[in-house]
Amino acid sequence: MNHTFFRNAGRRFPPRTALVLVFCAALVTPAIFAIAAPSTSTVDIDIAKFAYGPKEITVAPGTKVVWTNHDQTPHTVTSNDKSFVSKGLDTDDKFEHTFASEGDFGYICTVHPFMTGVVHVHKQ
Amino acid sequence: MSTYKPTQPTHNPARRRALSCLAAWTGAAVIWTVTGGVPRALGATRGDTPLGTATNALTFVQISDTHIGFRKEANPDVVGSLRHAIADINALPQMPAFVVHTGDVSHLSKPEEFAKARELLQEIHVDRVHTIPGEHDTIDEGVNGYLKFFDHDGNGKSWYAFDQGGVHFVALNNVLNFKMGTLAALGDEQLAWLKNDLAPLPRSTPIVVLAHIPLWTIWEPWGWGTADSAQALALLRPFGSVTVLNGHIHQVLQKVEGNIALHTAMSLAYPLPTPGQEGIGEPGPVTVPAGELGKLLGTRQVSVVPGRHQLALIDTPLAS
Repeated sequence: MNHTFFRNAGRRFPPRTALVLVFCAALVTPAIFAIAAPSTSTVDIDIAKFAYGPKEITVAPGTKVVWTNHDQTPHTVTSNDKSFVSKGLDTDDKFEHTFASEGDFGYICTVHPFMTGVVHVHKQ
Repeated sequence: MSTYKPTQPTHNPARRRALSCLAAWTGAAVIWTVTGGVPRALGATRGDTPLGTATNALTFVQISDTHIGFRKEANPDVVGSLRHAIADINALPQMPAFVVHTGDVSHLSKPEEFAKARELLQEIHVDRVHTIPGEHDTIDEGVNGYLKFFDHDGNGKSWYAFDQGGVHFVALNNVLNFKMGTLAALGDEQLAWLKNDLAPLPRSTPIVVLAHIPLWTIWEPWGWGTADSAQALALLRPFGSVTVLNGHIHQVLQKVEGNIALHTAMSLAYPLPTPGQEGIGEPGPVTVPAGELGKLLGTRQVSVVPGRHQLALIDTPLAS
């Protein structure tokens, strides 16, 4: 939408309708610009059937990873270097962590330590 | 030499043939009753004397894996299941000396779950319930949350020992040393404590060991084993009678190694699958048809009969 629309609005439509249309356009225009702005990327990992899926991912620094537990059994997300440690996650509970720095972050479920995963963080 | 003891019949032989087969094998007849389609062992006999009721036998009860706080399809009422078990225990013709709980008292290590469990256990008509933690009791805070409700000796340790009826009891914590991709472990500090604890005891003292996770490797992919159990068993091997009581796997499996007999127990919450079952890749709660759950949950009476190396165990399902 450009200001031609606004200028011609008064000529094309009855005055009250024109006013409403201009008002709506004014609201929408900033929103369009906001959608176009860059946002934090999020990666989802499912915890299901006693496994992290995907078990291994590679992301850029600044990425947020969200784990969701779909099992009836509680699990945790606990990194080996303790840089991220979730509380016990019941069914449908989530845990998120934003990876600021580069590195390879292995993690386990402390309730079931045979469950392992790793997040590789590298500039892309 | 190992002895395989089936706890539930996998087929239905004629009753007489089954009894005579059992008699030939153990030299004793097992008295069963069948109530509501569920066989219950009333006790082993030698001639006419029921072993479990000898007056000088120490008898106690093992319960396990109550998972207070669990509220899903496999069992929407774990409190009800525990209450059912407590009613069964309180109705025993001879009250046990005490009860032991081999872990996973709570489901999510929440304070309200520990509180509820402690309140319920007080409904059992015994002087003492000895508990140990399972891995569901050490989520979030390690063993600290559990110890606020179940510190046995008041000294902040989750392992301990006590003596009763001439038997030495050792309670261990094998849910603290979890490392990436490996089994749980007892750890060096606890093994050193165990060595010191056993050192002064005469080798004829019957020993009962309580530990949540089995002290033999049943199925490593599911964490059903303890990495340093061989060291613990080596410390126990010199004794003439050692009985290990475990939980964790929500089903009864047994193994005998010389003088050491190891037994896992049924849960009071939900059944777990048997490893290697086709189509089942993980140890999650199993939902069974209505009416079947009670057959898969249960309690265990343990009797120490003087002069016998192996303790008499009676596993009783909840269903009645």
